[in-house]
Amino acid sequence: MTTTNSSETIQIYRVYIKAAPETVWEAITKPEWTVQYGYAPLSEYELRAGGTFRSYANEGMKALGCPDVISDGEVIEVDPPRKLVQTWRMTMTPEMASEAFTRVTYDLVPVRGGVTKLTVTHDVTGAPMWAAIMRGESEPHGAGGGWSEILSGLKTLLETGQQLPFQSGPE
Amino acid sequence: MDDNLVFKALGDPTRRFLLDLLFEREGRTLSELESQVDMTRIGVMKHLRLLEAAGLVVTRRSGREKLHYLNPVPIRLIHDRWIDKYTARHASALANLKTTLEEQK
Repeated sequence: MTTTNSSETIQIYRVYIKAAPETVWEAITKPEWTVQYGYAPLSEYELRAGGTFRSYANEGMKALGCPDVISDGEVIEVDPPRKLVQTWRMTMTPEMASEAFTRVTYDLVPVRGGVTKLTVTHDVTGAPMWAAIMRGESEPHGAGGGWSEILSGLKTLLETGQQLPFQSGPE
Repeated sequence: MDDNLVFKALGDPTRRFLLDLLFEREGRTLSELESQVDMTRIGVMKHLRLLEAAGLVVTRRSGREKLHYLNPVPIRLIHDRWIDKYTARHASALANLKTTLEEQK
């Protein structure tokens, strides 16, 4: 499903959003935005190379028994509003926390008419469970649609101001 | 992203087959894809170009090679637009997953 090429496993996602790169950047890196789309975690970035990244369970997740910190990582490269590179590990369960740290690169490129081309490159080498979730393979088990859903939610939020209702798996 | 382009791209069996190949395993070169399809290299390139224009395929250079990846986001956007399967239960998916994983133990 995901790539195995020269021992790398990479997923790439791209979406065009009618918003300035600065706005998209804010929506990726600021907690008041991250709680409004995708899995809606509260994400905290120390926006400098070597800074800490953490995302916290929102109220809904906590009510369902999630640990406080649901993912963590390190900021590798910060070039606002063009490029953000970080490591990223899921810590919701001990099994997932034992997988390798993955690496996420956000590239934001302004294109015609106030549109930003956002490309997410996720190197999921050594993290097969995380890879499957971000690919949306676990959606039937209630794990959401991964990157496709996160980026769709981001697009809807920035273009319409509306939150995409969350797809919460089998009823 | 243009819905018309996505529908057009999906409207051809060879292009759907190419997407299926990338769904199975991504990061394939043109030569790898070409070997799976009964069609000339030029023909496969044309199909890939249309898939790229529709945003369904994204390419990335790795050394001398151009690797092709499936980008599922445009399909998701169409799904969001046309298939109203959403409920209001907000952000419980990861919690559900946790439960699922724990139950599997």
